[in-house]
Amino acid sequence: MGEDYIYGVARVHARETRLLGAGDIQQLMACKTCDECLRVLTDKGWGAGDGNTSPEAMLAAEEEKTWAFLKELTQDLEPFQALLAPADYNNLKAAIKCAGTGVPPEHVFLPGGTIEPEVLLRCVQEQDFSPLPPAMAQAAEEAYRRFLNTQDGQLCDIILDRACLQAIQACGERTGGLVAEYAELVTAAADIKVAVRACRAGKNPEFIRAALVPCATLDTDALAAAACQGLEELYALLAATPYSQAAQRLKESSSAFEKWCDDQVMERIKEEKHSYESVGPLFAYVLARRSEISTVRIILSGKLNQLDDGMIRERLRDTYV
Amino acid sequence: MEANTFDWNTLGIVFALLGGMLAAFLAGIGSAVGVGQAGQAAAGAITENPSLFGKVLVLQLLPGTQGIYGLLIGFIVLTQVGVLGGDPNVSAVKGLLYLAACLPMAIVGLISAKWQTKASIASISLLAKKPDQFGKAMTLPVMVETYAVLALLISILSIFGIGGLPV
Repeated sequence: MGEDYIYGVARVHARETRLLGAGDIQQLMACKTCDECLRVLTDKGWGAGDGNTSPEAMLAAEEEKTWAFLKELTQDLEPFQALLAPADYNNLKAAIKCAGTGVPPEHVFLPGGTIEPEVLLRCVQEQDFSPLPPAMAQAAEEAYRRFLNTQDGQLCDIILDRACLQAIQACGERTGGLVAEYAELVTAAADIKVAVRACRAGKNPEFIRAALVPCATLDTDALAAAACQGLEELYALLAATPYSQAAQRLKESSSAFEKWCDDQVMERIKEEKHSYESVGPLFAYVLARRSEISTVRIILSGKLNQLDDGMIRERLRDTYV
Repeated sequence: MEANTFDWNTLGIVFALLGGMLAAFLAGIGSAVGVGQAGQAAAGAITENPSLFGKVLVLQLLPGTQGIYGLLIGFIVLTQVGVLGGDPNVSAVKGLLYLAACLPMAIVGLISAKWQTKASIASISLLAKKPDQFGKAMTLPVMVETYAVLALLISILSIFGIGGLPV
């Protein structure tokens, strides 16, 4: 119900004014060193305020702040599963590989999921997946069984990546609106990436078909067939879909394609700045914060590695405000 | 033997009161929902910037005017038909005319409150982003008020006019 988000949307619209704008990005770019960037960000209220000014700590604190803010606005995180699922499935992959190989699970889990990594690890170790959501439990069981039988980590990844995209799509279908459009774009972008990588690696049609997730804007059978024929055939197929520009970017580089995907998301979520009573502005705010954090990460990493400003700029994402 | 016939004129006052109550109920419901929803948006804006309280309070109250107009119409009808003193004899035709006279305020009150609420919520969000734009933010929902006032006027003119009609 849109009425449930009126309070949250008003707060989000007020918070939008604090997001980094183009001027702030220019200020960061003008900094000579990473430390100087961190000082500018600290002045803008970034970081946990605990004196830890390492880039990773600061970015992690900002991600945590975003979710803490969101939890203040709504108790129902169901529409945000589309954003939380990747962390859960990534942690599940790590848990399966750790349990399957006997490697201790150190520094392998991502923060920000809905299921504690320890729970995931225990489910895999005990081979009891009942505490997990049904779709995740089914995927986890299959992935673990295949991993134990074949020790093929890639096969395990394919099963869980596919389940993750299906979870995102299911969330989009339940919520509709912006979340549905986001789920569709994420799924299509993942399918395109898989098809290109599989084509380059010369994978067989069965492998490609198993890895692709059906979506409304792409014919995955045709995509798999084109990927088996070659890159030019794949680009020609994409040129006749809503992702024709994606094909152009893919020809440039995979980072150009990633940037195109992020810019598509940004273009769509900007419409939510004028919405006042749906979950859309909240979802858009989380994506805007993620994009902002990603942009800052690119700048900090570039400054730290003393990259040329031009190289950093071409990777920067569009800002929400 | 006298035929046992129903006197429809006894329903005159029922129709008239039904009109007055519809105006008060529907416009009141619209305002109650509207002020409640605008209040949620106002609370959100104040959480982020407490200095906005005075400004967002005005915006929150804007959808509340329809309820006052509905109350006014209900009160005038009660006065006109003699419920609050005077002669309570109202013919069935007059009663139906009072009912019809109240409908503009009842229906337009409910609908205008709903849309004014949306405009108010949008204006509160505008104010949350740009606190210096209070004048513009207030003007937009006030535009919706025009139609509630027009409905109020037509209902008042009709109710006062019906009293002198020879029906």
